[in-house]
Amino acid sequence: MDLMALADDVGTDDAVTCVGGRTQWHVGGPVASGTREVRAPAGIDAIVPEEMTVRCGAGTTVAELDGALAERGQTVALPSWDGATVGGVLAVGRSGIRRLGYGPVRDTVLQLGVVSATGAYVKAGGPTVKNVSGYDLCRLFVGSLGTLAILGEAILRTRPLPMASRWFSGSGVDPFELRRRLHAPTSLLWDGEITWLLLEGHPSDVEAQRRISGLDEVAGPPPFPTGGRWSLRPDEIRSLRGRFVAEIGVGVVHGENPSPQAHVDSNVECLHRRLKSHFDPKGRLNPGRDPLAVR
Amino acid sequence: MSELVCDLRDALAPDRVRDGAVELGLYRKDASTMEGPAGVVCFPLSTAEVQSCVRIARRHGRSFVARGSGTGLAGGAVPVDEPVVIVLTKMNRVLEVDADARVAWVEPGVLNLDLTRLVAPLGLHFAPDPSSQQSCSIGGNIANNAGGPHCLKYGVTSTHVLALEVVLPNGEVTTLGGLDPEPVGLDLRGAFIGGEGTLGIATKIAVRLTPIPPVVRTLLIDFASMDEAAATVSAIIADGLVPAAIEMMDAKCTRAVEDFVHAGFPLDAAAVLIVELDGLADGVEAAAVRVCDIAIAEGARTARIAADDAERALWWKGRKSAFGAIARIKPDYYLHDTVVPRTKLVEVLRAVEEIAARYELIVLNVFHAGDGNLHPLLVFDARDEGVLERVHAAGEEIIRVSVAAGGVLSGEHGIGLEKRDFMHLLFTDDDMAHQEHLRHSFDPEGFANPAKVLPAGSRCGDLQRAPEGAWI
Repeated sequence: MDLMALADDVGTDDAVTCVGGRTQWHVGGPVASGTREVRAPAGIDAIVPEEMTVRCGAGTTVAELDGALAERGQTVALPSWDGATVGGVLAVGRSGIRRLGYGPVRDTVLQLGVVSATGAYVKAGGPTVKNVSGYDLCRLFVGSLGTLAILGEAILRTRPLPMASRWFSGSGVDPFELRRRLHAPTSLLWDGEITWLLLEGHPSDVEAQRRISGLDEVAGPPPFPTGGRWSLRPDEIRSLRGRFVAEIGVGVVHGENPSPQAHVDSNVECLHRRLKSHFDPKGRLNPGRDPLAVR
Repeated sequence: MSELVCDLRDALAPDRVRDGAVELGLYRKDASTMEGPAGVVCFPLSTAEVQSCVRIARRHGRSFVARGSGTGLAGGAVPVDEPVVIVLTKMNRVLEVDADARVAWVEPGVLNLDLTRLVAPLGLHFAPDPSSQQSCSIGGNIANNAGGPHCLKYGVTSTHVLALEVVLPNGEVTTLGGLDPEPVGLDLRGAFIGGEGTLGIATKIAVRLTPIPPVVRTLLIDFASMDEAAATVSAIIADGLVPAAIEMMDAKCTRAVEDFVHAGFPLDAAAVLIVELDGLADGVEAAAVRVCDIAIAEGARTARIAADDAERALWWKGRKSAFGAIARIKPDYYLHDTVVPRTKLVEVLRAVEEIAARYELIVLNVFHAGDGNLHPLLVFDARDEGVLERVHAAGEEIIRVSVAAGGVLSGEHGIGLEKRDFMHLLFTDDDMAHQEHLRHSFDPEGFANPAKVLPAGSRCGDLQRAPEGAWI
């Protein structure tokens, strides 16, 4: 994908913010007023099932990517919030509810093409599924809210679509015990009373695991409270009160209230400030946004 | 005795700070062919002692290099310019295992396989499994973002690390990442892993433990040509199967291993694939049948499933003993580690064979085919005049061919000193300047393992002299 147009657009001087689908626009604080908006290119360059990779513009919607991958029998572990773009999802770095089975979004990224604060094209990572050639800048950019560089394109690791994929649900089941008894469920949700379970794989394995769970088939997961997203250690979930849906085995909790501001160690804060001043000395990339202010 | 040594002895204990000729000699090297002079060798027992080593080194204007078991193959732990060598092998306690949360806190000197053995009775294991797993430390795995055969399905070390307590290059202690799923801020944990000791020293590590799969099937497939074996690898992945591992050995390697381990490998095969499938029973059985069908369609002579755990263990012993077995051919070897797209395996393997022939060297191939992670092994006798020059020249060509095929410099061994000056094959000056931004943010003054990873000239103040044996 030609990122020169994006590089020209980002330029070298004024404050810019990169807009995706605006599905998580509030995360990390408001962008300073007067900041110029740019958009990353959209489009899928190559789907290569025998490499388990896809290369696409960061402006591509996850829905379009999912559709195109499904035609080739593949899927990618990015959350497909309505209208969300690949670049937006990676810049925010939050995973979807299949994280238990598919891992966090950061682990799907093999290579990123970004535009730096100086308007230069910069490649991070590499196109192969295994790579330790130099520093892992991809990990740094995923979740950086576009404050270190503007994401232009990505090579992502795909996986084959499962033969069967079914949701189950029921009450009176201890989800923690269920996790111990099941092998590699894709998602396990709990609202304090009801448990939801996504099983994927060979059809007869899915059925055998369902019998172990004792749950009944349902259409899909429940609606989530959208007031706040909490990040808890697994042992903190059992004692939750109020209205919530918790991702068991992961620790993400969807609740009604915003999560409290996390304490940040001063050394970690110092590293953040130094990274920002090296990558974006003029503070022109997404001014106002702060990865440490995410709640 | 120098003031540096006195200060370190005061902070640690006299017997854990060594500057005798024997110790300094021992710690000149890692498992690569390079070596350099150590200033003084320290054996800390705690985070506080590591912190003291770093602070004292800085106070005396010395750099420091941390090391684990010294199994690294890229010279990442080779001392440059008489640094304080911080050996972490005595920090080898498993501090806590939480079977419910599937997390263990370990010190960096814990050996990879020791952790897996410890948690096996709980039905768990530590998924990264480099061939050196009996002797490599988890701290070293962090430094190199280590892989292993099973990272095809389970991912490399970074996937399996939740949090790190680190001593930063300025001597401060902090924690990167966390046991919760979305620690606030940038993923500094992810940025630190694979930093080859240039971003600080991990002193406590929270690793993710993975359930042992309920069913495992291991297949041994043999071919009359390398091309057919390589084509089978691509065909398996293209078919939508994700085996836990796909390993390939060529004829020379198979014969060397068979003489050594007697694993039952076919001696007349041009190439052998070990394919492992794991998960739930029906999916695994169906996939095993499918892999056999694909292999036969691609020209395999035979494909058979390990009869029992004993046979499976023997095949893996054969695979993981390859580097020991080749000593029967020649006394020395140089192991390369590049990655190419799986679809380019045939082309690059042919090129490697041609390069070796042109330099009159023997090359053996034993590698993680499922990941496209090549390990061409050039075997030689270092006593032969001029052979090292040929080995290095052939190695450089192998690296160039791999990168030209759309591959990368290293799959799991890292850059260290070995490939530092090849970074420009893969990255532009702008790319490397941004990698340097990361390094400078952690280590503005360049005290932590200088001269590694990024090429000479990419930072001022670094010593640019390559140590003895380096061919960078």
